[in-house]
Amino acid sequence: MAEGPALVSTEEISGFGGIDPARGVIIEPRHELFGQCFTGVVLVFPGAKGSSGWAGFFQSTRLMGTAPLAMVFNTVTTKAVLGAIVTRVPTVVECDRDPTSLFRTGNRVRVDADTGLVTVLDDE
Amino acid sequence: MLLTDEEKRMRDGEEGAAVAAAMDLLVRYGEALGAERLCETRNVAGTMTQPSPAKARLVEEGGWAKAFAVINLDCDDDIDIPRMKVPTCQLQHGFGPDARGLTGYPDANIELQRDAEAYYSDKGVNILATCTPYQVGNLPVRGEHCAWMESSAVVYCNSVLGARTNCEGAASTGAASLTGRIPYWGNHLPENRFGTHLVHTDVELATFAEWGLFGYFVGGAVGEGRPVVTGSWAQPDLADLKHFGAAAATSGGVELYHIPGITPEARSVEDACSGRAPKDAAGYGPRERQQVYERLNDQGSSTDVDFVLLGCPHASLEQIEAVARRLEQRKIHPDVELWIMTPPALRAAAARSGYDRVITEAGGRLLTDSCPAMSKAAPDGTRVFASDSAKQVHYLPAILGIEGWFGTLDECVDAAITGVWRGQLGGR
Repeated sequence: MAEGPALVSTEEISGFGGIDPARGVIIEPRHELFGQCFTGVVLVFPGAKGSSGWAGFFQSTRLMGTAPLAMVFNTVTTKAVLGAIVTRVPTVVECDRDPTSLFRTGNRVRVDADTGLVTVLDDE
Repeated sequence: MLLTDEEKRMRDGEEGAAVAAAMDLLVRYGEALGAERLCETRNVAGTMTQPSPAKARLVEEGGWAKAFAVINLDCDDDIDIPRMKVPTCQLQHGFGPDARGLTGYPDANIELQRDAEAYYSDKGVNILATCTPYQVGNLPVRGEHCAWMESSAVVYCNSVLGARTNCEGAASTGAASLTGRIPYWGNHLPENRFGTHLVHTDVELATFAEWGLFGYFVGGAVGEGRPVVTGSWAQPDLADLKHFGAAAATSGGVELYHIPGITPEARSVEDACSGRAPKDAAGYGPRERQQVYERLNDQGSSTDVDFVLLGCPHASLEQIEAVARRLEQRKIHPDVELWIMTPPALRAAAARSGYDRVITEAGGRLLTDSCPAMSKAAPDGTRVFASDSAKQVHYLPAILGIEGWFGTLDECVDAAITGVWRGQLGGR
């Protein structure tokens, strides 16, 4: 279980070439979250794209203390699932409704990986 | 998830703590995926030796056993690492000694990697040191279950060789190497290997550059789908398909494609789709080709090129020969560096064949083990690079903050000799 502010992307995220694990920042220039830091937030995104280094790069964020607090994503792939496991953060996948259109960046979100429930705590 | 008796024994520690940790990770991973069971594999391509700040710290704390446990098994316990249970190769990693002094890449990383190679080769890992293990001896057969990482190798393995692998990671390949198991999920299941998208090309695919552009389009059009290509093409070779798949895996998440008449699981479109009509279709014509070209080239503004990069995925012997032919009796511009990335085994063959000498005399370099994207390093002072690889032009502007141009081999060699980018769509 984790609770924190959401960082929402409607675009898939690359690990290798897409994030800098040392700073916990999205570095892909064309990405809508370019330059944004995901450390300590609930990262809400459609899924993983790009290289198989995805899991290793997110694992590095854990080892370097820049990991997201939790993950919520739609598409189950080996990259993203293994990434969530080795990042060791609560993760919920394949929600009933698309969280990338339902949630907004800055929303306070609770992610309960045991029950699979994702709750927005401050929805207007 | 259902485990066999042997898998239960591995999980319960009968083969030691490392194998138990590996099985524990495979079970957590397989269950999170929704896999019903594991399958056996005797072919693992992963990474252990790639230097990183996190790995350097783990090695300092507890040696390579600690680094393998944490990074490749997701296990924090102090455990002994046995020999790999099944054939395992090291993919591309950081720069080796042949790149020393050429760039700002830290010597400490070269030393760390050399140390890692000594440790892991003792554990039975084949140090192929390439993103194209299929070019240098790791050639799975059709239908074989593999545990590979490296997106361009995965798509080649599935599509061109007809072997079966998902896009694995450092942890799942580490666990597979000690157990000979990987979740039976995704691309391992026959029913998940049929085409999902038809992509028709009105542009005839006749050159390496055209296959790359088309691949970059296909990835953008289908995302993680399994495209079935229709249209017309000249007989592709290894390099064309390697480039097409790498580009499609870069712009989308393509892990498997079918080219009817060419790739082994697609004698025809019907065959590739199991008789079902794919629900999505995309068309590639002159307009789409132009758009893809412009998208790839929107990271360049200055035409003063100071770095030319060839060989991504790692160059084949034929590609190295093609560069050497173009550089005979010529000199690279003094302000430009030309690097060709290739597996160590092919560099040895290139040297025996005389290509290495021709390229070196012209001022270029054949380098092994890595690439600027993996090692996050280009020649010092690089501002603008050019490449015939859609993948490198996609990644390097993000990774190194430099400008990039995509074009043909001839355009890249021209830029290396003149220091000026003069590429254009349809150029030679």
